[in-house]
Amino acid sequence: MSDSILIVLEQYISSKILKQPDRKINPEEFLISSGMIDSFSLVDLALFVEDTFNVRIEDAELNAQTFNSLNQLAALIESRLEK
Amino acid sequence: MTTLAERLYAIQIKSPERIAVYLQDSRKPDHPITYRQLLRGGYVYARTFLRKEIMPGEVIILILQHSEDLIYSFWGAILMGAIPSIMPFLTEKLSPERYRTDLAALISVTEPAAIVTYPEFEAEVRAALKPGDSVRAVIRTDELAPESEPDIAILPGLIRTPDDVALLQHSSGTTGLQKGVALSHRAIFNQLDAYGQALALNPEDVTVSWLPLYHDMGLIAGFLMPILSGNSLVLNSPFDWVRAPHRLMQAVSQYKGTLSWLPNFAYNFCAQKIRDRYLEGVDLSSWRAVINCSEPVHWESHRIFYERFRSYGLKLEALQTSYAMAENVFGVTQSDLSRPPKVEEIDREMFMSDRKACPPIDGHPILKMMSSGRPLSNTQIRILNEHTKALPNGNVGEIALKSDCMLTGYYHRPDATEKAIIDGWFLTGDYGYISNEEVFVSGRKKDMIIVGGRNVYPQDLESLSYEVPGVHAGRSVAFGVFNPETGTEDVVIVAEVDSANEAEQQKIADKIREQVTKNSAIALRHVKVVDPKWILKTSSGKTARTANKEKFLNELENQKNSKKIPS
Repeated sequence: MSDSILIVLEQYISSKILKQPDRKINPEEFLISSGMIDSFSLVDLALFVEDTFNVRIEDAELNAQTFNSLNQLAALIESRLEK
Repeated sequence: MTTLAERLYAIQIKSPERIAVYLQDSRKPDHPITYRQLLRGGYVYARTFLRKEIMPGEVIILILQHSEDLIYSFWGAILMGAIPSIMPFLTEKLSPERYRTDLAALISVTEPAAIVTYPEFEAEVRAALKPGDSVRAVIRTDELAPESEPDIAILPGLIRTPDDVALLQHSSGTTGLQKGVALSHRAIFNQLDAYGQALALNPEDVTVSWLPLYHDMGLIAGFLMPILSGNSLVLNSPFDWVRAPHRLMQAVSQYKGTLSWLPNFAYNFCAQKIRDRYLEGVDLSSWRAVINCSEPVHWESHRIFYERFRSYGLKLEALQTSYAMAENVFGVTQSDLSRPPKVEEIDREMFMSDRKACPPIDGHPILKMMSSGRPLSNTQIRILNEHTKALPNGNVGEIALKSDCMLTGYYHRPDATEKAIIDGWFLTGDYGYISNEEVFVSGRKKDMIIVGGRNVYPQDLESLSYEVPGVHAGRSVAFGVFNPETGTEDVVIVAEVDSANEAEQQKIADKIREQVTKNSAIALRHVKVVDPKWILKTSSGKTARTANKEKFLNELENQKNSKKIPS
């Protein structure tokens, strides 16, 4: 797993979504089911991922099954980067 | 005067094969439902309710997701003369315990005879029941009466009278006792007539909606009005829309949609979040009214929406406004569809200090107010001072209304009804003023926060934060701050804690965020943990929300100015 992806995601979420730039996020921490990220911010996160990593995210993927932790999201991004 | 069941039946006789609803679901192809199918599907539920010995005039609560079952069970209740009330479904964010508590509270006030839900959700519903309460049947969607040719003669819904309660509309408060707005058949049809007239509704209109049916805007404008007017409705779900806002544009283009209603934030959301790749070939020129309603309206939101979609055929005059509430069935005012809503510049200081809307004095700061249009033909509006005396035009006061489509009352809450209606005038709790016969809504009486079209009481959020260890009762404050970028309010909680340890404070902030979201389904934008004595109190010891909000905003501003990153 690429640590750089995790760091970029963590920085985006803590500074832009949570407005707490110093907030550390555990890669296994639940993002959606914990209420940390609501559905409106979820779309922002998907747009950020698309622009930053040049991968495509489908709207059907915006749910707790695929997006619930930094590790899950990073794995999704990596699998698309390889293609 | 007719009833909902009679009207549906009459349309079905006249145009059985006309499509009433195109039901959209991101996982399936669009599903067209004709009026014949609507009656048939409703009939299955009506027979099921009768078999369970539910009586006309009894309340049936529907706890279902956006689906055919929700549509059919609603019409099934109407066809048998029962009173349907649609409740939000449990989402993954909300804690099941809180949902259960709220449902139990609702049952104790509303006293429903039955609850309809999915087999998977039955246990959750039963957990909210108590021995001896009013609920005689929990009806699962997999135990319905067999489908059969509708035998209309047996349906008690056709012998209801116009003044019977047709449905209950629940306010979207987060916790505690919700108020169910009881609406009669007569009130609903009077509203549809007056509102339809303001829209010049015609048989060719196609409504496109993703609004939830437990909300008045979704239920009336985005469900009952098109169906009972014999128009077509394209119905998407809020769950799908928020993940894929482009579906709204694609649906308007595909079905030549003419009418939609959106809360203010949705203009910003659509303008900012839709990729060009989803708009290829989209044509929005059929849209004759996109009506901004159920949140304070902002001209800037209209501007960015228009800029984003004008090259796809969106007309400037399609962007419209309305002021509405469940207590008047839905619409109270509607802007004139032939031109964009009036935007008025007023003097900010006169507005703030004298509560008057006056033309700006040269060089003084201004406020730009967007009109919500004129009152509907059946609705009168007055602006009242604090002693409920009418104020002259241009003065800001509480908006009161009187019409022939008002609520019958808050269901089983005569206390609340009596408080809200004085001499036949309903006190809305909103502030506004009248200028040239148009209504400008400027704020609200209570500290209510409106976020994404939902009304939230700050007291509810504060109480939730007190449940977090380390936060003491009376030592947090919640308020909304308008965010021009999103077009709605950001929810902020400031909480005093004893610990000065940063890591400990961070932990408490996380807990507050989690506790509030799980129990209210409201996401917090800022959680600020502060030292004791930060929160300002009134002389009587109450939390002064406005003063605390100003203090919070000042600190945020100072932090930005000193180049420190805001927390």
